[in-house]
Amino acid sequence: MLARAATFALIGVDAVDVTVEADIHPGLPAFTIVGLPDAAVQESRERVRAALVNSEFEFPLRRITVNLAPADFRKAGPGFDLALAGAVLAASGQVSSDPLDRYALCGELGLDGSIRPVRGALAFADRAHRSGREGLVIAAANAAEASLVDGLEVVGVETVRQLADFLAGGWRPPRIHVDAKAMLEAGHEQQVDLAEVRGHHSLKRALEVAAAGGHHMLMIGPPGSGKSMLSRRMPTILPPPTFDEALEATRVHSVAGLLGGEALIARRPFRAPHHSISSAGLVGGGVPPSPGEASLAHNGVLFLDELAEFPRPALEALRQPLEQGSISLTRAQRTVTFPMRFSLLAATNPCPCGNFGAARRECSCHPSAIHRYLSKLSAALVDRIDVMVRVDPPSRQELMSDQAAPSSAEVRARVVAGRARQSERLAGSRARCNADMTTAQARRHCRLPRAAIRALELALDRALLTPRGHGRVLRVARTLADLDGREGIERKDVTEAIGYRDSRVVHASEWIAA
Amino acid sequence: MDRRLKAERVPPATGFTACDRCLRRSALLAAMAHFVARSLDASRKVPLLLALPDDQFVAAVGGEDSRQALGVLQGFDAARARRDASDAGLVALCHHDERFPKCLIPSADTPRLLYLAGDVRLLGLLDETPAVALVGSRRATGYGLEVAHALGRELGACQVPVVSGMALGVDSAAHEGALEGGGPTVAVLAGGADVPYPSSKRRLYRRIVERGLVVAELPPGFGPLRWCFPARNRIMAGLSAMTVVVEGAAGSGSRITAQFAADLGREVGAVPGQVTSRLAQGPNALLADGACVVRRATDILDALYGAGHPSAGERPQPRPLPDLEPRLAELLAAVEGGAASVDRIARSPQETAEVMAGLGELELMGLLSRAPDGSYVRRA
Repeated sequence: MLARAATFALIGVDAVDVTVEADIHPGLPAFTIVGLPDAAVQESRERVRAALVNSEFEFPLRRITVNLAPADFRKAGPGFDLALAGAVLAASGQVSSDPLDRYALCGELGLDGSIRPVRGALAFADRAHRSGREGLVIAAANAAEASLVDGLEVVGVETVRQLADFLAGGWRPPRIHVDAKAMLEAGHEQQVDLAEVRGHHSLKRALEVAAAGGHHMLMIGPPGSGKSMLSRRMPTILPPPTFDEALEATRVHSVAGLLGGEALIARRPFRAPHHSISSAGLVGGGVPPSPGEASLAHNGVLFLDELAEFPRPALEALRQPLEQGSISLTRAQRTVTFPMRFSLLAATNPCPCGNFGAARRECSCHPSAIHRYLSKLSAALVDRIDVMVRVDPPSRQELMSDQAAPSSAEVRARVVAGRARQSERLAGSRARCNADMTTAQARRHCRLPRAAIRALELALDRALLTPRGHGRVLRVARTLADLDGREGIERKDVTEAIGYRDSRVVHASEWIAA
Repeated sequence: MDRRLKAERVPPATGFTACDRCLRRSALLAAMAHFVARSLDASRKVPLLLALPDDQFVAAVGGEDSRQALGVLQGFDAARARRDASDAGLVALCHHDERFPKCLIPSADTPRLLYLAGDVRLLGLLDETPAVALVGSRRATGYGLEVAHALGRELGACQVPVVSGMALGVDSAAHEGALEGGGPTVAVLAGGADVPYPSSKRRLYRRIVERGLVVAELPPGFGPLRWCFPARNRIMAGLSAMTVVVEGAAGSGSRITAQFAADLGREVGAVPGQVTSRLAQGPNALLADGACVVRRATDILDALYGAGHPSAGERPQPRPLPDLEPRLAELLAAVEGGAASVDRIARSPQETAEVMAGLGELELMGLLSRAPDGSYVRRA
């Protein structure tokens, strides 16, 4: 007898339909899985057998052939267990096969018949909804996450027995209601606040500008000057994620198995990988390809401390994502695309020892080492960084002052207002913020008064600005005006924006390019 | 990887000559370079060693029986050396040629031969118009770089040749300044004249070859050893009527250059620095010993030509301060007072935007510049 069950396989962060066909024939007892299963799927046979027997079902002692269709790509992982069990039960006539046509099944089996959570539940639920399924039967631990998809019935099951009861039509688990709005609001509450950091006025301003325009940012300063401390506060001043943005982030975390029991990533992610990371670790890779740190930072902040210490291939691999907001990894079998639209926040020492330019410490580096250090950052990367700031350790007066610093909430309010102006202006295009503007958009939206044009010309004449830097300065000037609530860009916006181009980095990288 | 850069413009046929013996001398220095390195313990001895005739030189560095020495002394192929030089785009000129710079002749340790790249006519100019060597630390501060650049620029504008070593820091800033001022500049390299050293300055090298002159004592393709730098410094001092130290620690190469200049009876000048700065120890000690105080290019011109003498083209005038808005004047005063970053000026985050815009404005006016460490410096 033949039965079918629908399930899904993960390709990157997307789910694709997989049909599990089980056929039971008289013959010597055997259990064969075909359709390019990997080792974990092969082992599924043992889990299904034990789980069925231990749940007091009969495991048919006949010839069982299971096919995973389409058979042309490799199926990996234990997530097919539940669909396999369902198909075998139906093929052996122990449950009705009728609901299997309307519901998809995803879950990993334990030998005792329990059902364990899988990675990518949100992607599965989304796919189930799009392919017109009525509902998704999934491990109970994944149910909350899967319920984020509107209009799909999510059946969370804990044991194979419950699965059978559901398929027989008598049992329904209690409905799960996930209040995404409340979760997003709760996500506002932050552990840290900008107000806790004293001094660092210019760095705070730069963070605000970067947050408001979606600009990538680089901090250059000696160790212990507060680069990391302020970076951790970047998510607190970014606008709260929209539901869709949170959903995208959740999806990536779910695929990577990093959801940690949460149903929704309601905060903007903040990822700070160590500089020993490989390029596969940063942008994704492996077999099958899994998302990297840059994808986990999707819709959030990717903080790269000690930027110059990162291996060059890893930094080079960030070029495409910085340009497109996603990366396509092409492997022999297929191309996988991971989303990665993040705000890059990078920090670096000015030289190998870190003390070059520090007020009270002496740099012990060879002069050429200082030069080489920043020139490691490739032009392609530096080109995408709009805001560069020098960071000094705060002075004693600043540390001791009890002057009230603005809180994250205040800054965030300005950022949100600035972003609102941008999304209104950029409505209908792919760009979400000023940093995303195409050259044509920048030309249209960054009209300058005569005085500001004159300032740009002077900067070009004096080589304070390279032709490449020109476009970046325009975008930052646009953001500065937006933050100030003005439609017109003024000369002071341009002069401030020029200050965010750090000639050291720009020249060092162009020297390499030459 | 071959680090040599073929000089972009092949120099015009100059008729400059170099005799076989002098070519051989240069090849001998290169062949014995490692022996020299081994036999030296103090850089001051380098000129003494280089003053010796060939056979004594070889004996002094302990290489009489070495394959390298015999190879050069017995089997030297002068035709090939000439071909190598012209292949590298270089011109060789030895001290037997009357066009060899006279300013180099008087000392015993003078190089017997120079390899040249770029505008070889500049060599003749050095004997007519006194040149100025601007030297200093490779790890200069923003102040040092700014002063070196400004001195180079102002001397360049007066068409006074600026001699330096193309090293990182002060040397490069001086060359850059001279090129910006539109004046002649001469880079004396420690290795071959076709090898930009340090390699990160290859852009500057190309510009100097196009518009100035590159000079070296060692044959094409030679990568410098430690001792080659003091050896190079003696040529810089020799080519110049005055050596000005911009920034340098107490025992630095720039002090050695100044000592060579003093030994040759040339002028020595120094740019005063903060007494607390390690990099000001060199120039401040020179000043204490009676070196000429150099604040602007006019101080140099006064030392060379006598006070107020209107030589060497037009004298640079201190630029009058433009009329500044009160707030910009305040910011400028703050930077002049030592506040080098926005954080040292702005008293609140609200103020930073305005301070940054103001400093940017001053930068556009050319009153401020950004040092390599990102701090703001008052332009000289």
